[in-house]
Amino acid sequence: MYDGKYIIPGLIVFVALATFPIWKNMGNAGVAPKPEKPKGVTKCVEPAQYMRTSHMKLLDDWRDEVLRDGDRTPIEVDGVKYEKSLMNGCMKCHEDKKKFCDECHVYASVKPYCWDCHFLPKETF
Amino acid sequence: MDIKRRQFLKIAGLSTIAGLGAPAAFNLLLKGETSPVLHASSGGGAEASHEAAPTGVRLAMVIDQRVFDAKEGLAQKCTTACHTVHNVPDFGNKKDEIKWIFEVPYEKAFTAKSHNHKNKSLHDSSFLVLCNHCDNPPCVRACPTKATFKRKDGIVAMDYHRCIGCRFCMAACPYGMRSFNWRDPRPFIDQATHNKEFPTRMRGVVEKCNFCVDRLAKGLQPACVEATGNTGAMVFGDLNDSHSEIRKVLDENFTIQRKPALGTQPSVFYII
Amino acid sequence: MLEKALTGSNRYWGWIAVLLAFMAAGALSYVQQFNYGLGLTGMSRDVSWGIYIAQFTFLVGVAASGVMVVLPYYLHDYKTFGKITILGEFLAVAAVSMCLLFILADLGQPMRALNVLLHPTPNSILFWDMIVLNVYLFLNIFVGWVVLTAEKKEVAPPKWIKPFIYISIPWAVSIHTVTAFLYAGLPGRHFWLTAILAPRFLASAFAGGPALLILLCLIVKRVTKFDAGREAIQKLVTIVIYAALINVFFVLLEFFTAYYSNIPGHMHTLDYLFFGLHGHGQLVPWMQVSAIFCIISIVMLIVPATRKREDTLAIACVLLFIALWIDKGIGLVIGGFVPSPLEEITAYHPSFQEIMITLGVWATGALILTVLYKIALAVKEEKMIS
Repeated sequence: MYDGKYIIPGLIVFVALATFPIWKNMGNAGVAPKPEKPKGVTKCVEPAQYMRTSHMKLLDDWRDEVLRDGDRTPIEVDGVKYEKSLMNGCMKCHEDKKKFCDECHVYASVKPYCWDCHFLPKETF
Repeated sequence: MDIKRRQFLKIAGLSTIAGLGAPAAFNLLLKGETSPVLHASSGGGAEASHEAAPTGVRLAMVIDQRVFDAKEGLAQKCTTACHTVHNVPDFGNKKDEIKWIFEVPYEKAFTAKSHNHKNKSLHDSSFLVLCNHCDNPPCVRACPTKATFKRKDGIVAMDYHRCIGCRFCMAACPYGMRSFNWRDPRPFIDQATHNKEFPTRMRGVVEKCNFCVDRLAKGLQPACVEATGNTGAMVFGDLNDSHSEIRKVLDENFTIQRKPALGTQPSVFYII
Repeated sequence: MLEKALTGSNRYWGWIAVLLAFMAAGALSYVQQFNYGLGLTGMSRDVSWGIYIAQFTFLVGVAASGVMVVLPYYLHDYKTFGKITILGEFLAVAAVSMCLLFILADLGQPMRALNVLLHPTPNSILFWDMIVLNVYLFLNIFVGWVVLTAEKKEVAPPKWIKPFIYISIPWAVSIHTVTAFLYAGLPGRHFWLTAILAPRFLASAFAGGPALLILLCLIVKRVTKFDAGREAIQKLVTIVIYAALINVFFVLLEFFTAYYSNIPGHMHTLDYLFFGLHGHGQLVPWMQVSAIFCIISIVMLIVPATRKREDTLAIACVLLFIALWIDKGIGLVIGGFVPSPLEEITAYHPSFQEIMITLGVWATGALILTVLYKIALAVKEEKMIS
C-alpha cells in the first residue's frame, strides 16, 4: 500500500476515536435515573410505559388540539380533571422539575427548551 | 476508474440506502404509523373538535371611543391589563418593542379616513388599536408553516412552537399589529406582576393579541374588556348570535373600521 | 472534476484565503446573532426586513439572469454564447446559494426551517419560493456539471440533459416572478402593491445579472487564458442596455402613477426614498446615487467609444450593478416598510454584525463561484492546449 506506514496507524487511531463512546464505558450503563413520583397520586393521564416513550408526542398533540381545534376538554383520571397543558396540567402533580423531569433528561443528555417559556410551579425568575 | 472499484462503490451505495431505508419502511408498513406532526396539523379537528366552552362562532369587539374620550387613563388600563396577563415584555426601546394593544392618534389608526377639518375632540383622542382578527387575514395567507392560522371561532392565533421567525406575516399585516421577539423576552418581564398561568415566548417568534383565547376558555372576558369594567367602553361577543349585546350595539350605532377597502373584514369596530 | 479547484497559482490561493477570512468573520458574527437574537441587527418592529432580505431579493435576480445566455444558445442556436453558458449557469448556482444563506441568516428560529417542508402551505408564497429556488439550484448544478463533463470528454452533451436545460429557461423567469409575488400580493404595503413589480424585477435582473457576467468574463480573461470573445461580450452589453432601459422606463411608470394620481399612499414611499418625507431623508443620497449611476452607465454602454473599450465597459458595468443593487436591495425592501401601516417613519441602520454576516455570505457565494469557475475554466484551458 502506498504510504502504508501512515495510513494503517491513521486508520487505527480513527477507529479508536470513532468508537470511543462504546468502549469507554464498556458494559457500564451508568446510574439509572430515578424520577421521583408525585406523592398521593397513583395514576397519570396515560400509562407510565407510554409516557416514557411518547410524552413529547402527547404534548404536541395536546397543543394542536387545544390551540388549533379549540378542544380543551380536560382529561379525567380517577375522578380528577387535568388540563391538557404542561404548565397547568402535568406540573400540577409533577411539581419538582429537578427531581422528576431532569432525572431522565440529564441521563439521556436531552435539553428540551420547554421551560424557557413555560413557567415552573415554584419558579422564581 | 477501475471497473471493479466502481462496481464495489455502486453496491456499497445501494446497500447503504437500503440499510437506512429498510427500518423506516418496515415501521411504516407494519405499524402503520404516520408522522404525528402531519396528522395533527392537517385538520385533525374534523373528528376531534368539540368546543370546551361555547365561545361562539365569530368573535368580535366594539370599541366605544366616546367612553374612552370621556375617561382619561382608561385606555392605558387596558394596555396594562393585557400586557400583564400575557407576560408581554417591556424592552424600554422602540426598536425591540413588543405591543399587543396600544394607543395611537386618529390619523394613524384610520389612515383611510379624511383628516381634514376634524372635529375638535378627535384632535386629542387616542384610539386603542389591536389585532383585528380579520375574517380574511393576509397574515394567515402569508405564513409558510401555518404557525399563524384562523380558528373556527374567528380568532387568528399563533403557534409559537411552529413559527420559524421569517416575519412574512409582519410584512403582510396591513395594520402593523404584529411584534417580533428580537431578543429573549424573559429578563424584561416584570417579575412582580407576571402571570404564572400563561407562558412567555422565546426569542425569534412573532406575537400579537390573541383575543384572550386562554381566558375565554375559562369563561372570562378578554383582559382589556375586563379592565374597562362596566363603563361599556368595550363590547366583546359573538357576531353570529343575533341576540348578543355586540349585535345590538352594532345595530344601533354607526361604526367604522380600519382600512376597510383592503377587504380584510376586520372584527374590531369603533364608535367615534 | 473537483480536483481542478485544488491546484492553482498563489494569486488563486490568496484570493481563497481572503474569502475564507470574510466567511470566518461572518460566521463569528452569526454565532453572536444566534445567541442574542435578531435584535443584534438594525431591524425593528416597523422595519422588520433589512439587508438580509434585500440581498436575497437582489441575488434572486442575478440568479435568474443565467437564462439570458442559456436561452439564445439552446433555443435559438446562437453559437456565440456557447463558450459562456457554463459561466452563466455557475453564476446562478453561486447566487441561489447566497439567497438561501441569506434567508437562513434572517430567520428568527433557523433550526425550525424545515417546518416549511413538514407543514406545506400552498397558499403561502414563501413556500413556493423555497421550492422554486431549490429546484433552480439543482437544475443549474446538474446541467452545468453534465455539460461540463461532456465538454471535458470532448463529446456532445447527452440527449437526456436537454429537457432539464429547456425547463431551466422558464424556471429562471419563475424564480424571480415568485419572489416578486412575495411583495406584490401584500395588501398593506402600497409601494409593493403594483402589477408591474414582477416585470420590474425581471428587467433589473436581466440588466444587473449580465452586467456582472460581463465583469466576470473580463476578470477571467485577465487571470486565465480563457477569452469569452468580443462578440459574446458585446451581445451581452446589448442585452444589458435594453434591460436597463426597460427598467428605467418601469421606474418612471411608477413615478407617473404615483405623482399624477396624487394619491398619498402611492406617493409617500417615493417621497421618502427620493426626496425626503416629513424631514426624514436618510435614504435620499443612496437613491440619488443609484439614479445617477444608472444614467451614467447606460450612456457609457450606448456610446460605442466607451462600450468597446474594456476598461470603460468594466466601469459602466460596475456602476450599473451598484445602481441596481441600491434600487432593488435598499430602495425596494426598506422603502416598502416606510411609512409603516400606522403612517410612522422609522429609520433603519444595519448594525456591525449584520454587515459582517452579509459580507460573510457574499464571500461564501464568491467562494462557490471561484471554485466552480476554476473547474470550468481548467476544463476549457485543457481543451485549448490539446
